[in-house]
Amino acid sequence: MDAFIVITLIKLAVIAFVLLTAVAYLQWVERKVIAHIQVRPGPYRVGPHGLLQPLADVIKLITKEDMLPSYVNKPLYLFAPFVAVAMALLSIAVIPFGPQIEVVGYHTFMQLTDLNIGVLFVLAVASMGVYGVALAGWASNNKYALLGGLRSSAQMISYELPLTLAIASPLLLSNTLSLRELVGSQAGSILHWNILRLPFPQIFAFIIFVIAAFAETNRIPFDLPEAENELVAGFHTEYSSMKFAAFFMAEYLNMVTVSCMATLLFLGGWEAPWPASGGSNLVPTVIFVIAGLTALYHAANPPRLKDRYTFGGFGLIFLIIAAVFLAPIVQSWLLPLFWFLAKVGVILFAFIWIRGTLPRFRYDQLMAFTWKFLFPVAMLNMLVTSLMVAWFS
Amino acid sequence: MDVILFLIFAIIAVVAAINVVVQTHPISSAVSLIGVMGSLAVLYLLLGAEFIAAAQVIVYAGAVMVLFIFVIMLLNAGAEAKRGRSYMVQVLGVPLLIALLGLLAFFVERLFPRNITVTFGGFTGGTARAVGQALFTTYLLPFEVVSLLILIAIVGAIVLARKEMD
Amino acid sequence: MMTAVPISWYLTLSAILFVLGVAGFLFRHSIITVFMSIELMLNAVNLSFVTFSYQYKQVNGHLFTFFVMVVAAAEAAVGLAIILTVFKNRSTLNIDELDSMKN
Repeated sequence: MDAFIVITLIKLAVIAFVLLTAVAYLQWVERKVIAHIQVRPGPYRVGPHGLLQPLADVIKLITKEDMLPSYVNKPLYLFAPFVAVAMALLSIAVIPFGPQIEVVGYHTFMQLTDLNIGVLFVLAVASMGVYGVALAGWASNNKYALLGGLRSSAQMISYELPLTLAIASPLLLSNTLSLRELVGSQAGSILHWNILRLPFPQIFAFIIFVIAAFAETNRIPFDLPEAENELVAGFHTEYSSMKFAAFFMAEYLNMVTVSCMATLLFLGGWEAPWPASGGSNLVPTVIFVIAGLTALYHAANPPRLKDRYTFGGFGLIFLIIAAVFLAPIVQSWLLPLFWFLAKVGVILFAFIWIRGTLPRFRYDQLMAFTWKFLFPVAMLNMLVTSLMVAWFS
Repeated sequence: MDVILFLIFAIIAVVAAINVVVQTHPISSAVSLIGVMGSLAVLYLLLGAEFIAAAQVIVYAGAVMVLFIFVIMLLNAGAEAKRGRSYMVQVLGVPLLIALLGLLAFFVERLFPRNITVTFGGFTGGTARAVGQALFTTYLLPFEVVSLLILIAIVGAIVLARKEMD
Repeated sequence: MMTAVPISWYLTLSAILFVLGVAGFLFRHSIITVFMSIELMLNAVNLSFVTFSYQYKQVNGHLFTFFVMVVAAAEAAVGLAIILTVFKNRSTLNIDELDSMKN
């Protein structure tokens, strides 16, 4: 019992620290990627290639004046950002990052807790996240904030329907609600992942899930409720400094959560695309070696003078990481973690890529899209999946 | 540990329920009702009803109460005004309610002896699998009827609300 | 008693919540608060169902709770639509002023 509590506290500290750093650097990645899509450099002054920009942003947000306007509904105004961040962090508690590992002789899972209703828990917490937005809009006592809050929460609850149906379809194939067993049922090769698994590959469910996830997290193309040129700033107009940072963090944490859920439900979690006997253990090494060599090549003929040293440094770091992946002592937990993070990273990159590419939907187009197209398609997908599962078993 | 968890969430539930009844502004009542539903969900988990706890948060606290909050925000329902009202209801009602509570508590204490206790893990038949199996075999007819009921409710709500927003 | 919770405590909690719901239903004047007290009563009854299901170690109580939740959701949807209609016609949410069939 004692060891359990200590191990859980350590896991909690590690996950919290890694998560909050990841959210800050996810913002850096987003700014860089969107900048390169728009053929401009993005942040590159603060630290090498702008890597200290999140730190500067955090300092700015903390030291801004924390206002409490006199016309707001104070209890709800102070409560709403708490709800938003709390629900965003809570859903990460059940996400497994890897298989069982051994820490100083004590076996533990790379997951804070494994509920046997894990999928329902994530859905429940996502439903509660609507309140952060709705109450923020109401408490601000401002018509733009109220409109933005109402539209945003209506959008979130409307898109919960196709999201839930898209989640239910691979569950029919995997036969479990626990997230860890979900990954276990997709073990083998890429043909066993739920997206390609017979009797019915869940490609449509994956696409519906990703579209509904964009709407749930209020990302472009579904971000009308918080667009700057439409509604001032939507439901977080009246918020400043740390409370605004809370909403911001909650949005990125929600993005991370839905990407992790997509990976666990459809892409096989931490399972490699082909078994280790086929050499999939060498893939991370190869990728990092290629990245390191590319960085060293760019250090040799740098576009800017400073880049000789920064690219050179990055090249060396990548080659060291590639060497670390070859050591057998860390392979049991580092490789599954690599595959999981790679898949989550691909989906997060897709989020950012689409943000830089697509325009946004008008609100009535958005609502018509879910009720008239996405929800019937999701129901049809679940119907066909259950028919095929019943036929072939 | 069970006792501590039960007491904490029972007290939160009762305080939030009193808040629902006492607060003047409907939004504060709605937020307190969400608190009641959340603490009831934890109590369901203590009673081994894991699927019902998840359903409570997803359906009740996450959808029905959002509907309430939407309507309160759309109607801009203000705080209840204190008008001259008859105290007859309160003079008659409060003693009767206290009597009802006393009667219920008395019978509960009489009929359920202290040796039947609730321990976490005492009932493991509340999984989604068990509920699903019972729902689709024994309770199939109520399930289908309830689906029709939801359809009727959806159509009714759209027809009623549509005539207003035009 | 200090090591486990007697089942009568759960039922007493359910009774307290139910009586509070009835109190809200009788004493409040705003239609929406009355409606929320009805939801409170339904939740109290759900707790009773789940408690009895624990006592008899059967899952049937959970099924009843499920159906009560579904019916409450349907009722909330239709009831709130009716409240919207009433508000549009009478411009008030006070049940004391909604006491005649004539407008």
